[in-house]
Amino acid sequence: MKPPPFEYAAPRKTDEALALLAQHGDRAKVLAGGQSLLPLLNFRLARPEVLVDVNRVAELAYVRPADGGLAIGALTRQHALERSEAVRSRVPIVAEACRLIGHLPIRHRGTVGGSLAHADPASELPAVMVALEAELTASRAGARRTLPADRFFTGIFTTALGPDELLTEVRVPGLPPRTGSAFVEIARRAGDFALVGVAALVTLDDGGRVTRARLALCGAGPTPVRAREAERVLAGERPDGGALDEAVERMAAATDPPGDIHASAAFRKKLARHVGRQAIELAVRRAGGKA
Amino acid sequence: MKRSASVIGLTVNGVRHEVAVEPRRLLVDCLRDDLGLTGTHIGCEHGVCGTCTVLVDGETVRSCLMLAVQADGASITTVEGLATDGALHPLQQAFREAQGLQCGFCTPGMLLLAWELLRDNASPSEAEIREAISANLCRCTGYQAIVEAVQLAAERRAVPAAAAG
Repeated sequence: MKPPPFEYAAPRKTDEALALLAQHGDRAKVLAGGQSLLPLLNFRLARPEVLVDVNRVAELAYVRPADGGLAIGALTRQHALERSEAVRSRVPIVAEACRLIGHLPIRHRGTVGGSLAHADPASELPAVMVALEAELTASRAGARRTLPADRFFTGIFTTALGPDELLTEVRVPGLPPRTGSAFVEIARRAGDFALVGVAALVTLDDGGRVTRARLALCGAGPTPVRAREAERVLAGERPDGGALDEAVERMAAATDPPGDIHASAAFRKKLARHVGRQAIELAVRRAGGKA
Repeated sequence: MKRSASVIGLTVNGVRHEVAVEPRRLLVDCLRDDLGLTGTHIGCEHGVCGTCTVLVDGETVRSCLMLAVQADGASITTVEGLATDGALHPLQQAFREAQGLQCGFCTPGMLLLAWELLRDNASPSEAEIREAISANLCRCTGYQAIVEAVQLAAERRAVPAAAAG
């Protein structure tokens, strides 16, 4: 079908976008890359009265070093993240996950901020940002606040953003030395939404023991799932044998996956073990250890 | 802020157009209905099938997932922009010779995916070709022949490579 009628504004500055959101509140919807919102409009599942198109707010598209990590503007395209040297060298897991989002024509338009604010529980970047302990900046006219990623996602397609707020920046902290990362997912076909995906970050000491692990899953519950119990099991241990088995079990136990036409909940839990093991082993190898 | 039609300017296949569109007008409908360029096909209208793929400022985009007003000022290439003076583009010629199409519905999108792939990667592996065309659906399941058509086009250097850097 075709989108329903709406009023349309295409501001060129962040402040103009925030003023429009302050004026229209929950009558308005922000249009970023449009790769999820346009289908919803075409199906008429979304009928916003006002569309605030932020695609011409050039000042929101950037990747720059910040505090040993990166500051990423919300309008940065997924394809730009995938290609960014700074992203690939400082937080390669972001580039690795972006390559699994849809297909190239989708990633040319899709943005990091749009993906996070849409909060599809099956999508990759929310889980990656939770694992990275990224900080998200929500701006409103005249004010801004910063939220940790795991407090940003509150439910299926639901975030802590108010109707007058715009997600403007993602801050990803730098990773300690001897940290390996991996994002692994399983999908029916290349480019489909993942049935389950796992983001793993593992830091090793000189003896090959885990000093810190961070694990988060997508497709495993209403929001990204942080597998803290599994992280605790790995801490201080060599990430192989019994410790790895136990971590993978705890990771699966932390999930509350949906069952649908693509996979039952029980099958998704089984996949979480399988994919979780792959992601941890790959992250350990990349950290220079053995798994 | 507008709900009624406003005039936008776009360059399509090198030709400048000015057209009045409502904000809700999809780019694909603007190309087909306002500009009469029906080579771009429209299939699912929700970003799954990829047959409406066009190049916007040199990058493949699904034109059912973009509003025409968002293309104001952009340069667009559709399948009509490939052939010159009635002669098939070498990429189209390769599709013809390798029978990279059956019903032809997916062909415009497949051609533009292939064009972008070969511009950015002059000698793609079979896996890279498969990954690129996996973005779009062919319901004749002519994928094998499409892969062969892209391989033939690559051998012939049918698409000029992008300048390095």
